[in-house]
Amino acid sequence: MSLSPDELRELARYVLLTRPDEIGCDDWLGHAPRYAELVAAREPVPEPLRRAAEHLDVCPECAEEFRACLAALTAEGGSD
Amino acid sequence: MAIVSGRRPPSPGLDLSDDAAASGLTLALPIFLGANPVTERTNEDWLRSLSEMAAVDDAAVADLREVLRRGLRRALSGRAAADDGFIEDMAQEGVLKVLSGLAMFRGDCRFTTWGITIAVRVAFTELRRARWRDVSLDRLVEDAPARCPTTPPADGSSQDARQAILAAMHGVLDSDLTDRQRQALVAELRGMPQAEIAAQMGLTRNALYKLTHDARQNLKRGLEAAGISGDEVRSTFDL
Ligand SMILES: [Zn+2]
Repeated sequence: MSLSPDELRELARYVLLTRPDEIGCDDWLGHAPRYAELVAAREPVPEPLRRAAEHLDVCPECAEEFRACLAALTAEGGSD
Repeated sequence: MAIVSGRRPPSPGLDLSDDAAASGLTLALPIFLGANPVTERTNEDWLRSLSEMAAVDDAAVADLREVLRRGLRRALSGRAAADDGFIEDMAQEGVLKVLSGLAMFRGDCRFTTWGITIAVRVAFTELRRARWRDVSLDRLVEDAPARCPTTPPADGSSQDARQAILAAMHGVLDSDLTDRQRQALVAELRGMPQAEIAAQMGLTRNALYKLTHDARQNLKRGLEAAGISGDEVRSTFDL
């Protein structure tokens, strides 16, 4: 098993962020719309939801989907 | 199916005429889709209209498709692969997912936001699948890049520390992880989408997440057992 320097660095980043009580992608999907609404409206995020949102730090795919959802929720001049 | 959503009070930051299509989507309506208006509905209205198995409200389904179409157009804007046909297909897929998953709606957000979130996942899963369709997991994990050190720092002693940490990481990867944990973790590091890894390993996405989470926890424990602290890892990788 051999990883490139970039892969090792990314792995190290993941390991540092790893917690015993993380949630998975399907669980995150349940929290995502509420979180997106609060972030889009710049409203405070309750602590339990903020902790759930830490999933985005270790899951590039959910993070990518979240950014896209946020783009869908924010008008930005009504252009497509 | 009796589904009661917890309707939340309008929040000051969002212009919620309750469950109108997500605020930004509503704004776009008169400009781009004036001939195709979406009826404003509360969460309860949506659930009532969509959950009658015997007589689903066709107008509500059409409106939902329109909301998802507009949401996807914004969400995927700038992506070449997401043309009108793709967005149309994903909006339709999203409608089906929403209709089959109504019981999972928690009611803590607007129904339309929930629907868009689901459609976005459907669309990204499809985009990633198309990109990675012909990549074999086994090949991807086997094709190891040449092992080369990251740019070493000038200071000799910290270079020794760096080498020790890199060696420890490789050691833990080789000996403290199961073959499947290692395979999943490496495939993920190499950018393979989770849905694709899960499909090729015969796992659900959640089961895959658990597998790689266990792998990361094993790595963390292995490094701790080797006497390597989080701070050392941080400074080694400049994190
Ligand atoms: Zn995820």
